[in-house]
Amino acid sequence: MAEYNTMEMMIVAAARNLEDGATVGVGTGAPCAAAMLAQKTHAPKLVIMFEAGGISPILPTMPISVGDSRTIHRAIMASGMCEIMETSQRGMVDYTFLGGAQIDMYGNLNSTVIGDWHKPKVRLPGSGGANDFASFCWRIMVITPQDVKRFVEKVSFITTPGYLTGPGAREKAGLPKNTGPHKVITNMAILGYDEETKRMRVESIHEGYSFDDVQKNCGFQLLKAKEIVKTPVPTAHELEILRKEVDPNRYIIGR
Amino acid sequence: MFDVVAQGEGPLFMDPDADKAREFFRHKNRALVSKVMTVKEAVEKFVHDGEYLAIGGFGANRIPTAVCHEIVRQKKKEMIFAGHTSTHDFQILAAGEVFNRCDIAYIIGLEARGLSPNARRYMESGKVKGCEWTNYGMALRLKAAAMGVSFAPGRNAMGTDTFKYSAIKVAKCPFTGQNYSLYPALWPDVSAIHVHEADIYGNARVKGISIADFELARASKHLLITCERLVHNEEIRRDPTATVIPYYLVDAVCEVPFGSYPGNMAYEYFSDEDHLKLWLKVEEDAGKFKEFLDKYIYGTKDFNEYLELCGGIQRINQLRAQEHLIELSKKEA
Repeated sequence: MAEYNTMEMMIVAAARNLEDGATVGVGTGAPCAAAMLAQKTHAPKLVIMFEAGGISPILPTMPISVGDSRTIHRAIMASGMCEIMETSQRGMVDYTFLGGAQIDMYGNLNSTVIGDWHKPKVRLPGSGGANDFASFCWRIMVITPQDVKRFVEKVSFITTPGYLTGPGAREKAGLPKNTGPHKVITNMAILGYDEETKRMRVESIHEGYSFDDVQKNCGFQLLKAKEIVKTPVPTAHELEILRKEVDPNRYIIGR
Repeated sequence: MFDVVAQGEGPLFMDPDADKAREFFRHKNRALVSKVMTVKEAVEKFVHDGEYLAIGGFGANRIPTAVCHEIVRQKKKEMIFAGHTSTHDFQILAAGEVFNRCDIAYIIGLEARGLSPNARRYMESGKVKGCEWTNYGMALRLKAAAMGVSFAPGRNAMGTDTFKYSAIKVAKCPFTGQNYSLYPALWPDVSAIHVHEADIYGNARVKGISIADFELARASKHLLITCERLVHNEEIRRDPTATVIPYYLVDAVCEVPFGSYPGNMAYEYFSDEDHLKLWLKVEEDAGKFKEFLDKYIYGTKDFNEYLELCGGIQRINQLRAQEHLIELSKKEA
């Protein structure tokens, strides 16, 4: 069995959740790495979209910014923010792939402040395009390490909408119908959402971890899927592409 | 006509009235005259304390770095800033404490590179009054202004705290009854956009992604263009399809080769990651950061001097090779 670190496992698991031919709006950092790995392995026709305007590039190296030159390398179009977000708003983008500082059981994300908004303990960047993508794209995927500081009972601030307060809340607020959180991929597990309660549940656990490990590193009660499966370990091929082509400088996998 | 069902509690810094904007644009100069000047002159003439400022590009991609430096050098104060897709531009302007009000969509961070310690300190100091938005929300505000209308609808943000701390209003669509988030038009007093080519009148060309710059150019009351190179008006007329900003939107044209440095300029040069890292590192210590600013910004008379301090044309050549994915030998790189 190939040796790998937890960040590599997380990115490989995330990449496998993007099917060939899908359209995906991608955020900065680990989501970028996952999308690029998917493109270089099982999903060569994955349509990667960047909020600044890049559409369907063939990524030569991992972008540092979602607006840098790599995002239009051998792309089909160099457009702008309105083009990307309005394509999403029209219903043509299947997934968005985001990171986030904090997440709650309904998949709401905080990237704005830790503490009170008026007197923040830590001021963070804010929404960027995350709220927009998460409002418009059909399914939201999040990639973040499993940690009690990140998986919290109540986020300090709902920057980006998950299921908000539960079933029907997105539609009631006015967000497009039948959209919402889909998967959360961590270094320990793949989490999904219970169809009735819209609460986060464990669906698949990575090699070397148990449900208790995941629960211990989560600040709220996790539900269990009917059948919890084992996440297949990264293949030698996936690891080679990830290390040699996607992130040779170890920006993400070296964290 | 519109039934407002919810509204954010954040401050609206700018008047979205379309007739007032029309009055301004009615008198905006349309003369086909040369607007070429230095960055120093452009900032002196068009950037004023207390005004609303927006910067084009995407943080560290196709940004008018020279204008950001000059605004800090000239110690502009109490401005309102469009914190929209901003990263290194925000970092520079925060270093000069140029603004005390900020529309926030993306600030402080430099994407995968991390957070700016100084910009974070500034935003946590209580010196800046903020209002939350999203990147598309801000683009929509500019789009409404570019359309000449006072608001534009979107289907984002509703139900979130981003909405709660914004100045968005949620209203029912008069046709369908569906909730929409309505974004007030934003007409910045002054903006700066870096482009690949422009003529002396301000007709401009951009290659690669446009981000929200075409909307920004049309929304802005005053627009400064910095360009990689000036081209003859005949070249513009030879290929009008390539023009993305017409001259009558533009107030100043400044030729600033490598003007997005240390940011990336599509098809020209890649970002200088070492220099951007240096900014982040040196900001950790307030005293060292002051020395750094004295050397690189206050101590330089213009962008060319800054570029020289950062390795000049030799460094640019390396970044050109990186942009084009050309492998240089170890000695050259």
